[in-house]
Amino acid sequence: MSAPFYKYGLFNDEVSLIVAVFIGLGFGFFLERAGFGNGRKLAAQFYFTDMTVLKVMFTAIVTAMVGVYYLSIFGFLDLSLVYVTPTNLVPQITGGLILGIGFVIGGYCPGTACVSASTGRYDGWAYVAGLFAGILFFGEVFHLFEKFYTSTAMGKVTLPQLFHLPYGLMVFLVCIMALGAFAAAEWGEKKMAAKKED
Amino acid sequence: MTSPQQADGFAPKPYWNPYLSGIGLGLVLLAAFVIMGRGLGASGAFSSVVAYGVQKVAPEHANANAFYAEYLGDGTANPLKDWLVFEVIGVFLGGFISGKIGNRVKGKIEKGPRISSRSRLIYAFLGGGLMAIGAKLARGCTSGQALTGGALLNLGSWAFMISVFIGGYAFAYIMRRQWT
Repeated sequence: MSAPFYKYGLFNDEVSLIVAVFIGLGFGFFLERAGFGNGRKLAAQFYFTDMTVLKVMFTAIVTAMVGVYYLSIFGFLDLSLVYVTPTNLVPQITGGLILGIGFVIGGYCPGTACVSASTGRYDGWAYVAGLFAGILFFGEVFHLFEKFYTSTAMGKVTLPQLFHLPYGLMVFLVCIMALGAFAAAEWGEKKMAAKKED
Repeated sequence: MTSPQQADGFAPKPYWNPYLSGIGLGLVLLAAFVIMGRGLGASGAFSSVVAYGVQKVAPEHANANAFYAEYLGDGTANPLKDWLVFEVIGVFLGGFISGKIGNRVKGKIEKGPRISSRSRLIYAFLGGGLMAIGAKLARGCTSGQALTGGALLNLGSWAFMISVFIGGYAFAYIMRRQWT
């Protein structure tokens, strides 16, 4: 085992911040390449006319998931040292629903809004301003629903643990699911394009 | 003199194939796992900035608040010297570089044809506000939960991701005038 490099002490906190800028650089670069600096393209996901969000997201998830799996079975990456956020099921489902509604209203998510703003989109900047306001609001009223926020705490739970499946099998199932989703997305886009021509 | 070809040189170039961009994004995420032992994020950086701002304006108020305290740490380090804050600075830079290469950096508003610019900006602001609340409740946004936790097969992240799509599709009809 030699990775994660940072956890094995290969570099210090100061260097980790430089690494952060470069990782972010790649993140922002590919988000913009995909067209995610454009709120219209992102929102089109919810009208079935352009399924790029689903395709990019699931391709990225599958790529990283398969990479992590193989690097860990080859003994290069210690998966137990990769940080997994603990699950609080009900607040996370609630948060997801609110975030989905915010997505279709605002046209971005926090990461894509940064790319939109940096490529000059005024709606991206308005969204970023909204983010600051929303977080300030959340912070100020946090004490009112702190109990809800920490409810249904399940600790660190992964899908293989939940379904009692071997990790590799779960990885395989997610790959199959993603392929199905890609096929459905391609089919749906063609259908919508044909409908538009009618 | 500008020939049509030269003029084309300034037209926005098409976006990349989604699967290709997705692989690029996935490799960046994988690099974050391998190098740092953590994934990507976005909303956390904004929380650090807000917590820092509140602490500057009202230090006692910020320190007494459990939410801000999480981002302020023990007071020995500047809250802005945070991994996600630097990562998000990189996101801004990376987006700009890609936009420049693709001739896509332009001051404009992205919206459908049936809505005024002013309404679009108000919706963008409101959407950002709602999204922030959702992301804080869920302990992360599309980057920190959906992408990162998705790739690590985290239960909470997958429940979150499915909920995001449900919320978006459920509300899409109401918002159709903004986009279509």
